[in-house]
Amino acid sequence: MGLIAPYRRPYAGTQPEYLHAPYVSTVKRAPTRPLVAIPQTLSEVTGPHFGKDDIVQGAFDLTKQHAGEPLGERIVVSGRVLDEDGRPMPHTLVEIWQCNAAGRYLHKRDQHNAPLDPNFTGQGHTMTDEQGRYRFVTIRPGEYPWANHYNAWRPAHIHFSLFGPAFATRIITQMYFPGDPLLPFDPIYNCTADVAARERLISRFDWETTIPQEALGYEFDVILLGRDATPTEEPKRR
Amino acid sequence: MRSLATTWQTVGPYFRIGMERLMVADIAGEGVEGQRIRVQVRVLDGDDVPIPDAVLEVWQANSHGKYAHPEDTQDKPLEQRFRGYGRIGTDDDGWLRFDTVKPGPVPGPGDVDQAPHLVVGLMMRGLLKRLVTRMYFPGEVLNQTDPILMLVEGARRKTLVARAGVEDVKVLTWEIHMQGKDETVFFEL
Ligand SMILES: [Fe+2]
Repeated sequence: MGLIAPYRRPYAGTQPEYLHAPYVSTVKRAPTRPLVAIPQTLSEVTGPHFGKDDIVQGAFDLTKQHAGEPLGERIVVSGRVLDEDGRPMPHTLVEIWQCNAAGRYLHKRDQHNAPLDPNFTGQGHTMTDEQGRYRFVTIRPGEYPWANHYNAWRPAHIHFSLFGPAFATRIITQMYFPGDPLLPFDPIYNCTADVAARERLISRFDWETTIPQEALGYEFDVILLGRDATPTEEPKRR
Repeated sequence: MRSLATTWQTVGPYFRIGMERLMVADIAGEGVEGQRIRVQVRVLDGDDVPIPDAVLEVWQANSHGKYAHPEDTQDKPLEQRFRGYGRIGTDDDGWLRFDTVKPGPVPGPGDVDQAPHLVVGLMMRGLLKRLVTRMYFPGEVLNQTDPILMLVEGARRKTLVARAGVEDVKVLTWEIHMQGKDETVFFEL
């Protein structure tokens, strides 16, 4: 098989540590031993690929999954999936989930005393196009309380899950909204040391994709780990 | 200009809303070649309390040791009906189960064969980013020389090897301990 060109390791400080005590659930779940660094092999530079058969047509529109329209402010969330070198990632699966406009998830464990919306499930998925672009239509999710600490509220967010070309490029993240006053208080948003890396999780209001009389547009790009051209047997550090 | 990869965030407790649709517990459908196995995994936290809201992803080669991916250029048979991907959530008791075929060996660094293994990604509430690990098979000769296992200190290698069932050797059990004396080995890629 010859030598394997590995995907880069994340730049220092731009990814969370596992243990982040302000987010209480990490305390009993974060590993306590150092991770064992391994070279990427064929097993890690390959990964599952999904095609048109894995996609439900129209699943990009979360406002059209039921008989009626969900309550809340309609929004368009779109952007590009690129790697660290700016190369578009075409035909890659993007899955999202979110709570409804009242801040309630359609999930048996969500006991928040806010109404469910019979016209909103909160699940969407799509495939990026040739240029790595994706687009969802949904409603702006509400903020919701959680039990992490006294009077804890999550800022409004949409969960994103992407694969990219390899097992090594998998990412699951959360997209936030500009100007959310809860961001400075949220231990999950603030778990990453690098402030600029955090701020890249905040979408941008986008007039271009805003639909007149219909929906506000927000732009959110997702960047996957890049890859060095030179194959090597040693894991790359930077 | 180079940009930097997006920051991971936890899947949170409600990932099933978005991830249920592609949950796959039957990785090798009908007609796929190879030795059929069932894997049962239990995920436990630092107090040995079962974790009911974890999701595990599996990536594996087919029984010939070939990945369904364009970068696998080995001259080995591909099987149309085998993607090699699984995604399974834990139940209220921290268990998850999946059926698949045992993968064949794939090449590793220096073209030394790796022992058969499942590549595993683990996500849950309380994990701010994915944990990567591997599940190896009991009694494999190649486990003695596997180039990745060799990077793990001897006493901890057993955390990566599943146990064969006493009644049915095709039923494998693997415990994932997030912490504690049997803490599972997790990898940095
Ligand atoms: Fe959430």
